[in-house]
Amino acid sequence: MSSMISDTPALSRRALLGGAGALVVGFSLRPAAAQAPAAPAATPAGLPTAGLTKPVNVDEVDAYLTIGADGRVTVYSGKVDLGTGVRTALTQMAAEELDLPLAAVTLIQGDTGLTPDQGPTYGSLSIQNGGAQIRQAAATARKALLGMAAERFGVAPETLRLADGSVVGADNDQKIAFAELIGDRLFDLKVDKAAKPKDPALYTLVGRSVARLDIPAKIFGTFTYMQDVRVPGMVHGRVVRPPALGATLESVDDSRALALPGVIRVVREGNFLGVIAKTEWGAIRAADALEARWSAGTGLPEQAKLWDHVRATRVTKEDVTSNVGAADATLAKTARTLSATYDFAIHTHGSIGPSCAIAEIKDGALTCWTASQMTHALRRQLAAMTAIPTDKVRCLYVEGSGCYGRNGHEDAAADATLLARAVGRPVRVQWSRADEHGWDPKGPPTLIDLKAGLDADGKVLAWTSQFLIPEGSAGNVPLVAADLAGLPHETTMSPGNIIHNSAIPYTLPNVRTVCRRLADTPFRPSWIRTPGRMQNTFANEAFFDECAAAAGRDPAEARLAVLDDPRGAEVLRRVMTLAKWEARPSPKADSQGDVVRGRGISYVRYELYRTYVAGVAEVEVDRRSGAIRVARFFVVQDCGQIINPDGVRNQLEGNILQTVSRTLKEEVTFDRAQVTSLDWATYPILTFPEAPEIVMELIDRPGEKPWGAGEPSAAIVSSAISNAVFDATGARLRSVPFTPAKVQASLSAT
Amino acid sequence: MTEVSKVEASKAEASKARPVSLDVNGRAVRVGLDDPDTPLLYVLRDDLGLHGPRFGCGLGQCGSCTVHIDGAAVRSCITPVSSLKAGQKIVTLEGLGTEEAPHPLQTAFIAEQAAQCGYCINGMIMQSAAFLTESPKPDEAAIRQALANNLCRCGTHARIVRAVQRAASAL
Repeated sequence: MSSMISDTPALSRRALLGGAGALVVGFSLRPAAAQAPAAPAATPAGLPTAGLTKPVNVDEVDAYLTIGADGRVTVYSGKVDLGTGVRTALTQMAAEELDLPLAAVTLIQGDTGLTPDQGPTYGSLSIQNGGAQIRQAAATARKALLGMAAERFGVAPETLRLADGSVVGADNDQKIAFAELIGDRLFDLKVDKAAKPKDPALYTLVGRSVARLDIPAKIFGTFTYMQDVRVPGMVHGRVVRPPALGATLESVDDSRALALPGVIRVVREGNFLGVIAKTEWGAIRAADALEARWSAGTGLPEQAKLWDHVRATRVTKEDVTSNVGAADATLAKTARTLSATYDFAIHTHGSIGPSCAIAEIKDGALTCWTASQMTHALRRQLAAMTAIPTDKVRCLYVEGSGCYGRNGHEDAAADATLLARAVGRPVRVQWSRADEHGWDPKGPPTLIDLKAGLDADGKVLAWTSQFLIPEGSAGNVPLVAADLAGLPHETTMSPGNIIHNSAIPYTLPNVRTVCRRLADTPFRPSWIRTPGRMQNTFANEAFFDECAAAAGRDPAEARLAVLDDPRGAEVLRRVMTLAKWEARPSPKADSQGDVVRGRGISYVRYELYRTYVAGVAEVEVDRRSGAIRVARFFVVQDCGQIINPDGVRNQLEGNILQTVSRTLKEEVTFDRAQVTSLDWATYPILTFPEAPEIVMELIDRPGEKPWGAGEPSAAIVSSAISNAVFDATGARLRSVPFTPAKVQASLSAT
Repeated sequence: MTEVSKVEASKAEASKARPVSLDVNGRAVRVGLDDPDTPLLYVLRDDLGLHGPRFGCGLGQCGSCTVHIDGAAVRSCITPVSSLKAGQKIVTLEGLGTEEAPHPLQTAFIAEQAAQCGYCINGMIMQSAAFLTESPKPDEAAIRQALANNLCRCGTHARIVRAVQRAASAL
């Protein structure tokens, strides 16, 4: 499989609009026209006319944007909106560069036939990387448009400017529309790295809280989610997974299922089992009626001994993520040594809408409608699984329920593909809640040991840590269907780049941080929002607090004393002001009564090179029940240039709230065979009465690069809460989730 | 190698769908159902093509599928069509208001930008609309309690509560 997409599929207006077997009923490729009432319900404008090829190579301007005969601009983004608002923000960035109103720009996302492969939508990189590429392509287009007009007018390009879809002269005497210069034709230009993007001082759209383009349709029930897409001739599929991981399918009695009305087929391919029916409900009933016999599985560790299991897992390599001075030697001779072990439970993604996909195989070509965050990678995975050439596979992104990492969408796409191949018709697969909770790849368990050596004054002289985490990075997560069916698939683990933020952001004289990579982990791992950075920062920032407490120092001042970074210090100082931070050591001296209150601070520089976040949690701990309530969470973020402030606020609020949920409540449970937390009763998440108030300040730096905004703040939440609970009670929580039982145990040990 | 069991097409087609009459968004509709116990959600989405009510859990736990039946907020994913009584009025998000004639909650949710992925928002609006009919001037704690069984994974809670407060003051 090639990792480079270099094909240029023929693009016709008819194919784009739903003829040619592409897309039909209830679905349109025109997101702006179909879904955003704010945009004029115009023609599918901006799309080149029939017969034109549409380049998708990442170094070409035409890969990112085209201008139609009517002057409308279509932007093609490989990064997709997972419910985060990047569709609006990317549209703002493109419109800004071309001096267009927002409504003149249509954004197409994640269609492997039309959009460049800008990498998966993960890691808080949609604006930072994806947006930057689109901005540069638009800046190149801008330069080209000025050049073309200058030639027509016989003037220097510097005398011209863009205004509302035209190039105009200084005195408005000369004017020519974009459409006249380039409409329905390709730029045929490489993206020019030297083309200077617009001066931020002149921005009229970027930096403004533009209302999100997708929200009205979502409020009126007219938005087309992946789960709403219907294709002509489509039938409904359902999968039946093994009751134990690694079990093999011994036999299937399908007589009861086949006797049900509307059942079309039962499909078995190795250990892959599914059923196809005329209706969705018919497929659900048929799946329930299938009587399958499975072997025993390969077994899971005992959950109560999970951390022993992790510690006993073979280490395949060590990644030394920082090494300053002589940490181990110093540790041996410091006046005081602290050590602690932190752990962070296995989490599920928990999208509210379970995964869904439609696949159709026709004339040897596979078309897959999917809410995948990585359609280009999925395309290559489906090609490998089916042995259909990659250039005959097209994956089209359609937004699904909120996606916070590599969840089940790609697997549902593979399920639909196998069922569609068996039945010869388009098949829609909708996962059940139990499919989603049971079979999405999981955030792996994380175990972290830390040691610090303090001098007589309480200064930290040495810091060492080891992170016991699965090997692998952010590649393709193997497809469940391919695995069950014995078809080609990846055999390596891809938990995400989980070594990030294992090193610390503070300047200490002796530091050594090591990630010991494990050969295995109980469940197929993947990344869930802030992978690794969340777990690692939890341990680092809580343990740093332990050091500050041991030294009898105010935890905020202790951080500032060793933080050699002005932008980092600024977010810390601002959050202290925002939260009316009182300088004093933790724990609080005067905690009395059954319900006690405390505050904790935390800080991160995301991946140690980009976004800065500092936060303060205010908690109430009920000593009788062990219940923690996060009353307020204060946060200050500096992610450089902000594209859409309200969009960033929305992301930050959501990210913090979701992480409060993960910290207080969430843990995948399992028996020796499989996951047992298969619904919202067994995997509870934060509810409205429990939601904290979130108070925030954003630092906008229009002259700087835009960095990721959606993930970084999650890194500080668990530690801020642990630190606040310690402040309130003197008990240190080192194991996520902070359940009442763990809080009580910790209180009685204090 | 794929093993496939086939049902003869004639048998599949021969199944007799039973006609069911419903009043949805003020319109009398008839659908044919193989199974009279089909949950209302699938009839609304698959037979009537409505996109407001959404499948989230099929267990009545998350609230994404919420509709009104005679004004009460009901989980359509666990409501068999056979349990409905003749003449009961079913209203979905599409029937609550439209872009041209929005319900005050819809106006408020847009004003507060109270959605991220928006998948749960149908439930948030439908639950709140029924709640505000009963309690027109709730305080924040009452709103939070009213939405205690509606789940949002994106963490839009604060905006949703603000939107309900805004709608309450407009009603």
